[in-house]
Amino acid sequence: MQTVIESSGICKKFGETVALDNITFNVGESEIFGLIGPDGAGKTTLFRIITTISLPDSGSMKVLGLDAIAGFRELRRRIGYMPGRFSLYQDLSVEENLEFYATVFGTTVKENYDLISDIYSHIEPFKKRLAGKLSGGMKQKLALSCALIHKPDLLVLDEPTTGVDAVSRQEFWDMLRKLRQHNITIIVSTPYMDEAMRCDRVGLIQGGRILTVDNPENIRTGFSAILYRIRAAEKYRLLIALRKYSGISSAYPFGDSVHATFRTGRIDESFREFLRSEGMENVTIEESPADIEDRFLELMAAVKTEQGK
Amino acid sequence: MTGQSVISVSNLVKKFGSFVANDNLSFEVYEGEIFGFLGANGAGKTTTIRILSGLSEPTSGKVVVAGFDAKKEPEKIKKNIGYMCQKFSLYEDLTVKENITLYGGIYGMSKNLIRERTAMLLEKLSFQAWGDRLISSLPLGFKQKLAFSIAILHEPRIVYLDEPTGGVDPITRRQFWEMIYETAARGITVFVTTHYMDEAEYCDRVSIMNEGRIVALDTPEGLKKSYNASSIEEVFVKIARPK
Repeated sequence: MQTVIESSGICKKFGETVALDNITFNVGESEIFGLIGPDGAGKTTLFRIITTISLPDSGSMKVLGLDAIAGFRELRRRIGYMPGRFSLYQDLSVEENLEFYATVFGTTVKENYDLISDIYSHIEPFKKRLAGKLSGGMKQKLALSCALIHKPDLLVLDEPTTGVDAVSRQEFWDMLRKLRQHNITIIVSTPYMDEAMRCDRVGLIQGGRILTVDNPENIRTGFSAILYRIRAAEKYRLLIALRKYSGISSAYPFGDSVHATFRTGRIDESFREFLRSEGMENVTIEESPADIEDRFLELMAAVKTEQGK
Repeated sequence: MTGQSVISVSNLVKKFGSFVANDNLSFEVYEGEIFGFLGANGAGKTTTIRILSGLSEPTSGKVVVAGFDAKKEPEKIKKNIGYMCQKFSLYEDLTVKENITLYGGIYGMSKNLIRERTAMLLEKLSFQAWGDRLISSLPLGFKQKLAFSIAILHEPRIVYLDEPTGGVDPITRRQFWEMIYETAARGITVFVTTHYMDEAEYCDRVSIMNEGRIVALDTPEGLKKSYNASSIEEVFVKIARPK
């Protein structure tokens, strides 16, 4: 498999702030690679270096076999970039935006229509509408169409699903899956952990550092402790009680339950006794496989401990 | 939940011209409840929150918030609620303490009370060292927790949180929800919107809105049962895109 992105030791500072700290990873051809991390982790800065808009302080970035600094002219023709903030011209219509992007890249809407038809057909009935008047989901589809209209080899999507409802997010991921058949490599960032499972490989990023890179299944199973899913009707009381237990290692609320790990690994009768002494009745305790968010929390906690030393 | 009702909505309709943004909503929210208010983009959630905050008048129907009628006494509603949204909450070019003082002043709190609560708030968040820092210099997670604390500085009956956890890291997200739990345990009702469907499961009850109507309202457990789904996300997709 050919390497489409080869990032090696990339560092970037803004004044005293370290935005990217020694970022090394690869993305292979036709992969959907997810960069998962919170706001301020460095996702956008990294994407701006990949798309040749910003220069790294040190390290090397190769994209589509070209150096991102020396080869920027050719790269800009071959990359489609959808920035996080809505990038379209609000006072142009849907159709005008698409034609504008096609023209800038020296092509026509007609020439590459087959590539975007799946996506664009959803908004084509509104093609005379101003882009500024579209709903969130429709804006997102138009922005993706515009990023694709010149048939790029690499698609860079910066938080395309942020603030978008769960249904539109699902539709968007289905569209990305379909783009694979056109041999387009995709790198996409998101703060939503559940979207990691939809990527071929994932990099977890936090505080300018990549915590791990692997396929989602391996990241999930990399969780190092025995995880218990504990449930009680009074969720908050349960959490407070768990925090007081001397044998607790970690306790995080996860929806209707608390995910906990213990210093002893497995729990024993003394834990159940403790719960009874706290007046917690009808508590369900079950061993549970970790999900990717559990692993992310574990990696984040490890970084914090290391920094605290 | 069987507490006292703090939000009571019956047959609420809100129209903009011929567009019906809220189509005959009826629901109750109780004291100390964590109420999840979900819906697709454009379903009409923001319109409802504006009415429940006294910022917008219902076209018809009866809305009572903290004991006050949304049509007749919107100003009294405003005094009894707190509001925080992801996009804007704090003044970036003021310090932490200045933001607290500003909001305390807006809510008519005395100088002494503001001073007292400021100290309490900073201690509780372990933010003592940050009181004189500009908001713009703080990490996002810190800002969100501070914004929430300020939204309940005046001890309102209800606090509205509009996508409060967007973009924050998973640890901060959980700290934030613990703050929500603690607030609700003190008797302040928390009314929250989110696009993170797993967060809906933290709520006592959840409503799901679609095209201006509330199509489902129950405990997370109850919703999953009646829609035969394993997660709220699945319930949401079934409701918003019926096959």
